[in-house]
Amino acid sequence: MSSQNGTEHPSFYDHRGKYKGIFAWILSTDHKRIGLLYFYSIILFFLTGATIGLLMKLELIAPGKTIVDAQTYNAFFTLHGIIMIFAVVIPGLPAVFGNFFLPIMIGANDVAFPRINLLSWYMYVTGVTLVVISQFTGQGPPDTGWTFYAPYSFRTAGNMIPAVSGAFVLGFSSVLTGLNFITTIHRMRAPGMTWMKMPLFPWSLYATGWVQILATPIIGITLLMVIAERVLHIGFFDPSLGGDPILYQHLFWTYSHPAVYIMILPAMGAISEIISTHSHKAIFGYPFMIASVMAIAFVGYFVWGHHMFTSGMSGTALYTFSLLTFIVAIPSAIKVFNWISTMYKGSIDLQTPFLWAVGFIFVFMIGGFSGLILGSLAANVHLHGTHFVLAHFHFILFGGTGFAFFGAAHYWYPKITGRMYDKVWANLGYLLFFIGFITLYSPMFYLGYKGMPRRYYDYDEIFHGGNILSSMGAMVLYAGIAVIVINLFISLRRGAKAPANPWGGKTLEWSIPSPPPHENFLEQPVIDKEVYDYK
Amino acid sequence: MDISLPAFLSDHLKRIILMEKEQENITPYKTFIIVLAVLIGLTLTSVALTRIYLGAITAVAALVIAAVKSSFVLRIFMHLKTDKRMFSVLVIAVALLISTVITITFLDYLYR
Amino acid sequence: MINPSDIHRQAETAKLGMWVFLFTEMLLFGGLFIVYSVYRLRNAAAFHLAAREMSIVIGTANTIILLVSSSTIAMSITAIRKNNKRLALILTGLTVILGFLFLINKYFEWGEHFSQQIYPGSSALALRGQGDVLFFGLYFFMTGLHALHIIIGVTIIIVVMTFISRGRIHSDRYSVLENGALYWHLVDLIWIFLFPLFYLIT
Repeated sequence: MSSQNGTEHPSFYDHRGKYKGIFAWILSTDHKRIGLLYFYSIILFFLTGATIGLLMKLELIAPGKTIVDAQTYNAFFTLHGIIMIFAVVIPGLPAVFGNFFLPIMIGANDVAFPRINLLSWYMYVTGVTLVVISQFTGQGPPDTGWTFYAPYSFRTAGNMIPAVSGAFVLGFSSVLTGLNFITTIHRMRAPGMTWMKMPLFPWSLYATGWVQILATPIIGITLLMVIAERVLHIGFFDPSLGGDPILYQHLFWTYSHPAVYIMILPAMGAISEIISTHSHKAIFGYPFMIASVMAIAFVGYFVWGHHMFTSGMSGTALYTFSLLTFIVAIPSAIKVFNWISTMYKGSIDLQTPFLWAVGFIFVFMIGGFSGLILGSLAANVHLHGTHFVLAHFHFILFGGTGFAFFGAAHYWYPKITGRMYDKVWANLGYLLFFIGFITLYSPMFYLGYKGMPRRYYDYDEIFHGGNILSSMGAMVLYAGIAVIVINLFISLRRGAKAPANPWGGKTLEWSIPSPPPHENFLEQPVIDKEVYDYK
Repeated sequence: MDISLPAFLSDHLKRIILMEKEQENITPYKTFIIVLAVLIGLTLTSVALTRIYLGAITAVAALVIAAVKSSFVLRIFMHLKTDKRMFSVLVIAVALLISTVITITFLDYLYR
Repeated sequence: MINPSDIHRQAETAKLGMWVFLFTEMLLFGGLFIVYSVYRLRNAAAFHLAAREMSIVIGTANTIILLVSSSTIAMSITAIRKNNKRLALILTGLTVILGFLFLINKYFEWGEHFSQQIYPGSSALALRGQGDVLFFGLYFFMTGLHALHIIIGVTIIIVVMTFISRGRIHSDRYSVLENGALYWHLVDLIWIFLFPLFYLIT
């Protein structure tokens, strides 16, 4: 099918539907518009969460009080966690790029349930609104950390119910997205697109969808129990009434560990697309990439106890969870080897998305190895609750999903907007981001190893040097984020017009105009070639 | 069919074939009544079992009966028996998942 | 002309969507079963004794009510597929009535407990001991959440009944009834497990 330039057919931006003006966006059931609604919401909350993070680093640049008091600092790290986890990284790639590209990449004209898709965005907005409300009403913002551990979460005076309800609603939004994606992938693939001809980004969304469906309800019910504790004193997690706080942790992490796979699997899918396209080569070991994505989703369901090694679990539980944690690392490693093998003897096009992909592999591996260290019982005793953990999960989550999000944003920018971004500013932004990122988070490994606790407002003077370095990194990173985001927005107006297939990609989105027409495909595509059919 | 029919005729034929296939799959009223009787019988049996002191086995017996009742509801009332096999596979997978999570959680509570 | 294979395709898609949603409900209650099983392990004797205070008559009656209601709504699908609109309305109507009966029984059952000062957070309950607090806490929370689902299910079936009476659901297009019935069956399934856990393990 020949690539069209998009001048003949109106794009989805110009489509005239039932509604006008802003309503044409907030009442639209077009998956592409919904993807963009999510994009703007998520970028807004990402910048909010990043700003709070920067304020935290400014506070930590010296021992003692620097800019805020201890209670405010506790509220900061709580809000930072709630926003980044529930409002940015979990919806992140699926809600933005999944919504926009899943139907297109499987040759469909929308998702299975477009109205439920729009409902999931409204639930997202409701959820974040509740979280914002929790900051300004009641007896003060929540200060429990995003993990809402019992019994503090039902004893604190902080405004827990709106925050916990917000998280509940955000979880429901996630469930609806997963439901839609699973059904779409099962039922709406184009003729000829068998399961083994589906590209890896849709596959990653499929695995993610099952995790969203099967894990999220557990935190839903757990948060309802927390509300029942606060309001009814029901006693499930209250030791004075016979409850076990460790059971709260079990329930919380039974969701929140699979949740990190919700965050990382779509990221890995996007990275596979970027690496394949910019290496002009089929992904190495395509069936193993599929098997590993499904294996990560499956095994990842059973490792939650590694967040609880120092909580008081039995010895049997300790070594079972440690063993399973090591096992779940294996499929991730397979993916890394396959990405590198894809690049080997490929025709590498050193575009911005590719830089993000290579950076992803580097930081994801650091995050992954540090995860194995934390998964070792003896090491964990010393490292639990320290800055080492902070470094681990920022490398693997911000490094992983964050890098993939920005990579995907640049990779698919021409398709979504019909423009090219400015490459010089994009690469400069990446450089600042990368340097800032490494400077911000690397010292945390050392600080944690030396014993600096996390979620502490103050620290001993021996940690001062590492904190100065880390906080300077935060400022450089923040500048990099600013450059990247501003460049993407300015290029909307000033960027050169993009062709349908600027990178020479082989997946279906590159066969339609940039930006796509309202119905995606002017003729129903029929798939007769293998996936990633580079010669 | 290797004769090419006019479009409206072949659509009509497809419609008849589809409707006939679907008529085969309508569960008769009698089946539901019989299954209901079985379910009520199992319910009353499980109540009667609590009268007899079975010790620790009481819990297991009650849950086994509940599982049997569920399989009737799933297979007959919810049509898993006549639907595509994928649905049954998924239901079993979800049941296994919940039991596995409970089992792993018990690795903590049993051995503290 | 509406292509019957299109309706069939859409019905299968809607059915898959409903089953995926049912899985989320199973996991939602699954979380509570995790809590129940842990606390039963740790408070076996107390749970034993507390269960003996439950009214096995109301419990069994409610179980049978829900089983009958599952059969009525299952039969209503057969009715609509055989073009028997009147019977379909009678059967779905019966399902709704049975749902209300269940809730009325629950109301009286809970009322009886409240009159004995047994409710979450009551001092009388706390005085009885930790095992009782957990048993009754779980009882009210799980049956309460279940009752909420009965209310949702009844609402869905009432909506389905209006669709049937207006001809929006008929023998060639009954996916909404089918999926509404699936939801109702799930509510029945959950009770099939709640019943032994709270009434029979004595």
